[in-house]
Amino acid sequence: MNLLTRRLATFPLVLIGVSSLVFFAIRLVPGDAITAMLGTEAGLLTDAQRAALQAYFGLDKPWIVQYGHWFWGLLRGDMGISVTYGKPVLTVILQRFPLTLELALLSMVIALLIGVPAGVFAATRNERAADLAVRIGAMIGQSTPSFVFGLLIIYVLSAGFGVLPVMGTFTPIWQDPLANLGQLILPAITLGAAFAASVTRIARSAMLDVLGEDYVRTARSRGAPARTVIWRHALPNALIPVVTLSGIEFGYLLGGAVIVEQIFALPGLGRMVLDAILQRDYALVQGAVLFVAFNFMIVNLLVDLAYFWLDPRIRAGGQ
Amino acid sequence: MIRAIFHHPSGRIGGGIVLVYLVLAGLGALGLTPHDPLMQYRLDRLHPPGAAYWLGTDLFGRDIASRLMVGIGQSFFVAFLSVAAAASVGTVLGLTAAWVGRLWDGVVMRSMDVLLAFPAILLALLIVAIMGPGTWTSVLAIAFVYMPIFTRVVRGPALSLKTREFVDAARTFGSSTRYILTRHLLLNIVAPLTVQVTLALAWALLTEAGLSFLGLGTQPPAPSLGLMLSDSRNLMETAPWLMIAPGVTIMIGILGFNLLGDALRDILDPKTRGGRA
Amino acid sequence: MTLLSVSGLHVGFGRDPKAGEVVRGVSFDLAAGQTLAIVGESGSGKSVTALSLNRLVDFGGGTITEGSIRLTRADGDVLEVTQADEAAMTRVRGAEIGMIFQEPMTSLNPVLTVGAQMEEAFRLHRGLAGAAARAAAKDALDRVRIPDVARRLGDYPHQLSGGMLQRVMIASVLACNPRLLIADEPTTALDVTVQAQIMALLGELKQETGMAMIFITHDIGLVAGIADRVMVMQDGRAVEQGALAEVLDHPQHDYTRHLLHAVPHFANGRAARQDGPRAGGAAAAPVLTVQDLVVRFPVKRRMFARAKGEIHAVERVSFDLVPGETLGIVGESGSGKSTAARAILGLVRSRGTLALPGADTRAGASQRPVQMVFQNPYASLNPRLTVESLLAEPVIATGHGIDDAVRARMAQLLARVDLPTNCLGRYPHEFSGGQRQRLCIARALMLNPSVVVLDEAVSALDVSVQARVLELLVDLQREFGLAYLFISHDMAVVERIAHRIAVVHAGQIVEIGDAAAVLSAPRHSYTRRLISAVPNIDRRHVRFTLDTSTVGSLLRPPGYEPPMADWVQVGPDHRARAEDTA
Repeated sequence: MNLLTRRLATFPLVLIGVSSLVFFAIRLVPGDAITAMLGTEAGLLTDAQRAALQAYFGLDKPWIVQYGHWFWGLLRGDMGISVTYGKPVLTVILQRFPLTLELALLSMVIALLIGVPAGVFAATRNERAADLAVRIGAMIGQSTPSFVFGLLIIYVLSAGFGVLPVMGTFTPIWQDPLANLGQLILPAITLGAAFAASVTRIARSAMLDVLGEDYVRTARSRGAPARTVIWRHALPNALIPVVTLSGIEFGYLLGGAVIVEQIFALPGLGRMVLDAILQRDYALVQGAVLFVAFNFMIVNLLVDLAYFWLDPRIRAGGQ
Repeated sequence: MIRAIFHHPSGRIGGGIVLVYLVLAGLGALGLTPHDPLMQYRLDRLHPPGAAYWLGTDLFGRDIASRLMVGIGQSFFVAFLSVAAAASVGTVLGLTAAWVGRLWDGVVMRSMDVLLAFPAILLALLIVAIMGPGTWTSVLAIAFVYMPIFTRVVRGPALSLKTREFVDAARTFGSSTRYILTRHLLLNIVAPLTVQVTLALAWALLTEAGLSFLGLGTQPPAPSLGLMLSDSRNLMETAPWLMIAPGVTIMIGILGFNLLGDALRDILDPKTRGGRA
Repeated sequence: MTLLSVSGLHVGFGRDPKAGEVVRGVSFDLAAGQTLAIVGESGSGKSVTALSLNRLVDFGGGTITEGSIRLTRADGDVLEVTQADEAAMTRVRGAEIGMIFQEPMTSLNPVLTVGAQMEEAFRLHRGLAGAAARAAAKDALDRVRIPDVARRLGDYPHQLSGGMLQRVMIASVLACNPRLLIADEPTTALDVTVQAQIMALLGELKQETGMAMIFITHDIGLVAGIADRVMVMQDGRAVEQGALAEVLDHPQHDYTRHLLHAVPHFANGRAARQDGPRAGGAAAAPVLTVQDLVVRFPVKRRMFARAKGEIHAVERVSFDLVPGETLGIVGESGSGKSTAARAILGLVRSRGTLALPGADTRAGASQRPVQMVFQNPYASLNPRLTVESLLAEPVIATGHGIDDAVRARMAQLLARVDLPTNCLGRYPHEFSGGQRQRLCIARALMLNPSVVVLDEAVSALDVSVQARVLELLVDLQREFGLAYLFISHDMAVVERIAHRIAVVHAGQIVEIGDAAAVLSAPRHSYTRRLISAVPNIDRRHVRFTLDTSTVGSLLRPPGYEPPMADWVQVGPDHRARAEDTA
């Protein structure tokens, strides 16, 4: 049995686990759901009204029954109504998601375009000055939190050039691709920098390992020039850890761009979750967290597909 | 061991940074700061760095340097506590999952998959939603985020150690499970675990700063690095030291643990080359 | 005509290559079409010497510090390899000097097909591309007698066996008709019957193409069949070199004599031990009786699914062992010999009866009468425990504390296996491979067992260390009256230590009996094949016949019980399975 079918087999299992974790975690929030939903107005309710509301939302039933209802709704794409927006949760999420997805994709492209060549370059210059420079750069990049780097960019731009990045509004890519890119490029560089540093480090160490392998020696003994050895023989074998890392980082970016969206005032998914928590919009928190976790699982599946494509041993069903 | 760290170039720098930070945090905890970190020197608001206030003062006239020292202590407290919790629970789970195998392994690893399906900040946000913002929320959130990583870090080597010949030999002697788990498995995992703990401390510092930057960690008026950075945003152009001081402090702290972790990896596990910087 | 002339070669590693010298002054000449064998143990510098010839040593962190390597190229020019730049070496590698390595499994790129890697050689040196390259690759595979070539080209390396991969390696090297082939222990990782096939192939191709060859090996027995000249290396120096017959028949240097005589070489049963306890006819009661031992591993197709079949790893193995006796179990990889040993120790589930009669009749008999020594002395000692903790473990496992009596026994056993008694505080990495294996033996004896299972216990050691550990084992057997179950793939080693031999093939014993009888007059066809494949110093330039038979799958449907085998009694203590006997 190969990796892919095994992953597919456990996918629903993990999905059920994730959804129940989210559901029951939200039920742990102190205070009752009616108060959470109506805020201060809940104080005006009579006991009968409160009971009627509870019955209406099914809150008088045992948790497990409520979970069943909620899960059944999930399967039909119904995640409930957001209190703050007065719209279905899924609609609100899907409005915000394109920005976050685009930001994540853009950062990943930046990270891979910088990280892979830099890592390969450093590995082939092992222990020499160029290698040292790349390693120091990567180390500093990895140690700089995105919020520090983002603020620095804004500071340098405004203090040094008197420019302020466009903030607040957001132009979707299908309206004006250039304006869209102009708004996203700085946040994407901010996110991509640390990501690129990690890619560089992992690509370098994977390349170093692979360059010591017997088959690389074989290729050299065959008279393959350095270019062929590096790009044809070594790199494909060194890509697996790079893909693993990229998958994890990309998944995190899908939900974890909270801070950068906050700094650059972008109306993305991360900022929406943060606002929803501060405004106690639990249906939205619940839906958004589940949505991000689901995306993350999809990304993991894509990573497995990439392994499948990269390594014939995995395709054959080794481990 | 200590000597080996200080013979390693990045170990020397990383170890030095961590040591300096520990001293600063210790002084801060003992109240040995240049000024009272909570005292508002109303006349010296937004005072630039100088002899009186080494790193300047903030909007309320509080001494930045003193607040940084206490803030470092706060960050370290959260980071060490959460990583300790994550590492100990993760180690027990990973070790038993590898050894027992079968159903227990499946249950543990699928549960970890569930936790891993949440991006770190998001899992933290979920926990904040339940517990409300605060220091202990940060501790719990970071512990939850890193527990699955430690479980995996321990389970992998434990699985391969389990098939090693010295474990087979122990079984032919009839050694007890406890003896095998502690002396044959755990003892051989200590090295990668130490490396992982150090690197996790770097990430924990980062996550703690991120949470408090969002206002979800340590609450004001207690000083915290993330909060100081967040507060600096509107005053960036008039008082850049407000941003630079905590920003650089966070960065160098993380750098210290990253460098130390890389050095430890080189020293404890010479087989894994690279990854050094 | 001299093809290659090496003089005063010094190679070092690390930042200060002068200080870290591995090769210290090697000189030799090689004529076109000639085969030079370089023989030496690990650390002798033989592989580094070879890697210096095409400067691959540069990529492993090595530096040529002194000496010259002059290669006469195809166009008659002489290239000074030590001074050549990387671009020049790229043109030499593959085109003029081809190389094959020890581990065929790791020497081919796992993510490229066999065909893609074969075609690369043609593309690089002969400028072929596309269909022409593919056709050339096909021809090359035909030349190394790979069956079903068209399909093999599309296979990935993990789909082929070690022997097949080594043929692919050879084929891709021959692609450009190099004038020199360097073969670095090309058969060490292979089973003995596969080794014989590869050796035969190399011999044939050498004749066919007229290329020169440098053949590197640790096994001096292997060179007799292939070399014209022999160079013996020790500690980075060539201690002796000369024509094949000269070196083998009239060795001048002590070390060559040691390799030829002190090290086990296969002698068709003539070197078998004669001190067996059954020799007088009245043997003691067996200390271990194994009856119909069966080990099967279920094979699952999908999670939760029922087993689709079982691998019959060990099938109805029966034998007994009397005190003071060694039963050698020989077989190739995958034959089930190690699984049988593990089953006897209870490390894998098995069926059948294991009886230990008479195990507790001796004074001070042990609670755990069967102990085991594993193959890899580097893996069987926990690297984080001291010698004292390692030796104490079996005692602690029985619930005893560490008292003065236990410490006295540790000291006594350490002295007995020739380790310093003051080494109790040291860690395994401070010892050499041979010393570690002695430590493992001492540990196995801590509980005073009556049977010791030795699973390839000397296979990971250098040949001269092997000889000394074997001597120690024989001495210990005489002193403590131990019974050994000695599992090995190496016929020469088994011949030295076994009183009786069981030959295992495909999970079953095919022949069992007195060692001298089985080795000198094998009856079963598999035993014959195995014995004829063992290299031998006396078999000069004998052509092996090519044999492509392989072991069939051991997978059987669930619940399948093979029929009982018929046995032929060949001699007083010599039986063989009836099928395939001659």
